[in-house]
Amino acid sequence: MARTVLTWWIPLLILQSFLLAIAFGSNEVEEEFSESLLLKPLPDRKVLAHFHFENRAPPSNSHGRHHHLFPKAISQLVQKFRVKEMELSFTQGRWNHEHWGGSDTLSSMNAKPVGVELWAVFDVPRSEVDTSWKNLTHALSGLFCASINFLESSTSYAAPTWGFGRSSDKLRYGSLPREAVCTENLTPWLKLLPCRDKDGISALMNRPSVYRGFYHSQRLHLSMIDSGMLLEQSLTVVLQPDTVYDGKDLQPSWSLSSLFGRKVVGKCVLAKSSNVYLQMEGLAHPEAHTLLKNEEFELSIKPDRTLRETSSVLFIFDIDKSSDSEPFDLSLTWKLPSKWSCQQAPLHASRFLMGSGNERGAIAILLKATESQDKLSGKDITNGGRCRIKANVFQIFPWYVKVYYHTLQIFVDQQQNTSSEVLKKINVSPSADKMSSGMMEMMLELPCEVKSVAISIEYDKGFLHIDEYPPDANQGFDIPSALISFPDHHASLDFKEELSTLPLLSKFKDKSLVRSYTEVLLVPLTTPDFSMPYNVITITCTVFALYFGSLLNALRRRIGEEERFLKSKGKKTGGLKQLLSRFTAKIRGRPVESPSSEPTAAAQSSVLSSKLLFKIILVAGVAAAWQYFSTDK
Amino acid sequence: MTKDDGEMVEEQKKKPCRFWIWALSSVLFRLILISYAGNLNLSSRPEVSTPLTSIRRLAEGYWLKQASMSPYAGSMYHGSPLLLSLLGPLTVQRIKGQPSHLFCSLVFVIADILSAILLRGIGKKLQMAYGLNARLLGLLKSPRDKGILPCGDIAALVYLWNPFTIVCCVGLSTSPIENLAVILALNGAVTRRVPLAAFGLVMATHLSLYPAILTIPVIFLLGYGLDAPPLKLFLQTRNVESGNRSSTSSASKQAKSKPTAQLPFLWKTVVHFVFWALVWSLCVMVLCRLSLSKHGGLEEMFKRTYGFILSIEDLSPNIGVFWYFFAEVFDFFRNFFLIVFHVNILFMLLPLAIRLKHRPCFLAFIYLAISSLLKSYPSVGDSALYLSLWALFVNELADMKFSFFLFCGYLGVSLLSPVMHNLWIWRGTGNANFYFGNAIGYACFQIVFVVESVSAMLNHDRALKKCNPNHQKVKN
Repeated sequence: MARTVLTWWIPLLILQSFLLAIAFGSNEVEEEFSESLLLKPLPDRKVLAHFHFENRAPPSNSHGRHHHLFPKAISQLVQKFRVKEMELSFTQGRWNHEHWGGSDTLSSMNAKPVGVELWAVFDVPRSEVDTSWKNLTHALSGLFCASINFLESSTSYAAPTWGFGRSSDKLRYGSLPREAVCTENLTPWLKLLPCRDKDGISALMNRPSVYRGFYHSQRLHLSMIDSGMLLEQSLTVVLQPDTVYDGKDLQPSWSLSSLFGRKVVGKCVLAKSSNVYLQMEGLAHPEAHTLLKNEEFELSIKPDRTLRETSSVLFIFDIDKSSDSEPFDLSLTWKLPSKWSCQQAPLHASRFLMGSGNERGAIAILLKATESQDKLSGKDITNGGRCRIKANVFQIFPWYVKVYYHTLQIFVDQQQNTSSEVLKKINVSPSADKMSSGMMEMMLELPCEVKSVAISIEYDKGFLHIDEYPPDANQGFDIPSALISFPDHHASLDFKEELSTLPLLSKFKDKSLVRSYTEVLLVPLTTPDFSMPYNVITITCTVFALYFGSLLNALRRRIGEEERFLKSKGKKTGGLKQLLSRFTAKIRGRPVESPSSEPTAAAQSSVLSSKLLFKIILVAGVAAAWQYFSTDK
Repeated sequence: MTKDDGEMVEEQKKKPCRFWIWALSSVLFRLILISYAGNLNLSSRPEVSTPLTSIRRLAEGYWLKQASMSPYAGSMYHGSPLLLSLLGPLTVQRIKGQPSHLFCSLVFVIADILSAILLRGIGKKLQMAYGLNARLLGLLKSPRDKGILPCGDIAALVYLWNPFTIVCCVGLSTSPIENLAVILALNGAVTRRVPLAAFGLVMATHLSLYPAILTIPVIFLLGYGLDAPPLKLFLQTRNVESGNRSSTSSASKQAKSKPTAQLPFLWKTVVHFVFWALVWSLCVMVLCRLSLSKHGGLEEMFKRTYGFILSIEDLSPNIGVFWYFFAEVFDFFRNFFLIVFHVNILFMLLPLAIRLKHRPCFLAFIYLAISSLLKSYPSVGDSALYLSLWALFVNELADMKFSFFLFCGYLGVSLLSPVMHNLWIWRGTGNANFYFGNAIGYACFQIVFVVESVSAMLNHDRALKKCNPNHQKVKN
């Protein structure tokens, strides 16, 4: 039903845009949408599917506030919060850098930390960046049905200076490792696409099969470019094809319908281009595999084009031809066992906690040399004659992890290293209790032949107020992933042919920074007894009442003799003070009822009466004031 | 303590020699412990190092300062910038094969020795005054009476051999330096070196805020003189003496020989003291300002030191009770209770000052005990200070009640505290209430200690009155 409505609407829309284009002059840049899907068998018997949707809009003033294809919600965000660049990702599962690749464009762009990650660059004065960030988090939170609004508090985001790879003082970065990602986040994300998941490649996104995968990351990247706005939406899933193990060590064969349970029945009509790519890595003889059928594997559909790259072959399929009667269902059947390995980042990063107990501990980041290391040392990244690997480490610490930056230690090949040798640059912004999170950026310069680098830093665990603990306090707290990037290494596919028309490929051709995120760490924090507030208040107050009362009592306690002395002293008037010592001696010497008691008593009574009078006046005054103020209200 | 007492009484002549042997052996003991300090892990004990006194935080502050950041950035360091300039460079000095903070430990050992020597000076003065007063009142006939204990030596040795002091010194908490400043102020006031007293007081206040309340006893000390029995006893004696025969003890204090009901208050000295206090605080301010000129300045310093003390932001456990109280209390009441607990210290100042104004040193001791009880971040270093000051009054407080009970209580709490902490933090078999219960016990013992000390002192004054021979004479 929906499809029929859509087919009604689309020609109208096209017509309208066409008319508008004519009305506003023919040199106007049109809004463009393109969709593509990249499939890639992975060495560990899994298949990677990377959906990529690109939406371009000319500068917003050309059509007023209206768009044909570009989602209005996003363009409003841009207008309202002056976002220059923004990336939001929802991820579940951990990217396996060893088997799925670490240095190619796909992994360095799409391997994201668990949970939600958001960074944004604003085009506002520096003083307003934080406000814009807060508003943006709230807007995105509503837009994507996620608790992104928790990034609003200053304890959860940071302002990286250079460690993040983009140097801008208007950049804010935050991540929520615990955010659970599910279909309620995918649905609003799909709503931003012109065809939603009704038509075209996005129709493959069958929720059960997408969420069954080992890794799932949906990303939204918005950037302002010269020709307007560019919105890239990509969904990366790593799936395990259902196969029966045949004992021959063959890679599993799969088809689109077996992976997703659906087929592509035609392109999204609004899309300018809609392609499916199949990237095969580690083929033994790349030249011989341009054919459709070969001894190693077989494809069900003949690729429209074949591209060769230094280490892989790319088959391009156009899905224009597919229709309801003839759906596009690409399948790959392996015939011979095949083994290959992915390109890996120069160093493999992992992170772990050290120490036991709930008082203190240490965080360690371990960088281990990978296989690509050997290749690197052969490569001539020479820096003054010596081969060097540069690595930037960017790490956010929540405030309850109180890091002692002076305890930073760097071990290169298990030898403790004086910092200045390896550590070229460090930028620290320490966390303030309940105010802001801490951030550490480090630039390491390591010799290429290094085998392992360990960075350790000690911390004390904070103690929180009972209201600051989340509902399941004993589960622990998450420390967001650290980001390791290699500024001297850039990932790009190096095609032999010139290709600029296909959006995904041109994207892959651009050089991108090689980065990898480490694991999220779970730090258990000590909890107070949540049932105790009343007991603690009453016990503590009792103890202090005890202190106050007993000390005051000790101070004012008199023994009988002193009492008598004071009583007699109280009878004296001021003029007698000069004779105090004589008087005491006399009174001590004589019985208590002295003859002089009567006149002094009379004096006392007059004093008493004046005191009484004063008290009465005071009470009356207070009463009058009370009356006055209470009637006033 | 009692063992010390016994020995001290035994031989008066050999005393100095013996004192120095004990003092040196305590220093040796410290040095031995310092060489094993790494294994003892004392510097991370919550009883020893609080957020204010921890050397790790100081080292962090120094690191931040070296990295041209404010040392107060990151709510790690909350101490004085002067202490940072003094101890900071020592935290990074390392000798291979030696414990990491060796130089700092040596500084703390020196601070402890200095404190002990100054305490001994205070004690000597107090002892002399006690003897003089006792003779004036006719309680002691011979000037070389053996009944008077050498309280200076006892206090110094109590300070040096107190496990709390040793633990603080070896555990690299900065409290030995804070204690040194307090003792310096008292020593200056007792020996009537006004600039010294002012310096000590200003430094102590600068380092930990609470010694500010010692202004009252120090002014009393300078204005009225040393601890003495209540004035009326002297007046009685004087009257009786003038009645019977001409006064022979004209060597007594001028102030006390006058037949007035009021003790003369030496305004000149006090004004002198105030002047010096202002001068020193100005110096401290200027120095702090200079050391913090690049980052934040004085305003940030006050916010991060005094503000941190007063607002109890850090809820990490210590031997006090406030950390748990403010971790549990409802946010709505937080400010109310903050005010109540801080005012609790101030409330007691006036009654104590009125009742004990004839004994300013004892007043100082009580004030210190109260502030260590109601401090936001107490450590055993504060207890060490008031316990050794308590030992200055062994003569007066000889018949204090519950002393054995209190001794056992302190011992029990200090043994149980690590156990409870271990159960809660490290093993996870106990919960926070275990440690809090221990802290409550400690607070109770401190309360009993303070109350008993005050009433013992008041009883002592009463007893003086009773056994005063002149008093008896007057009665008859």
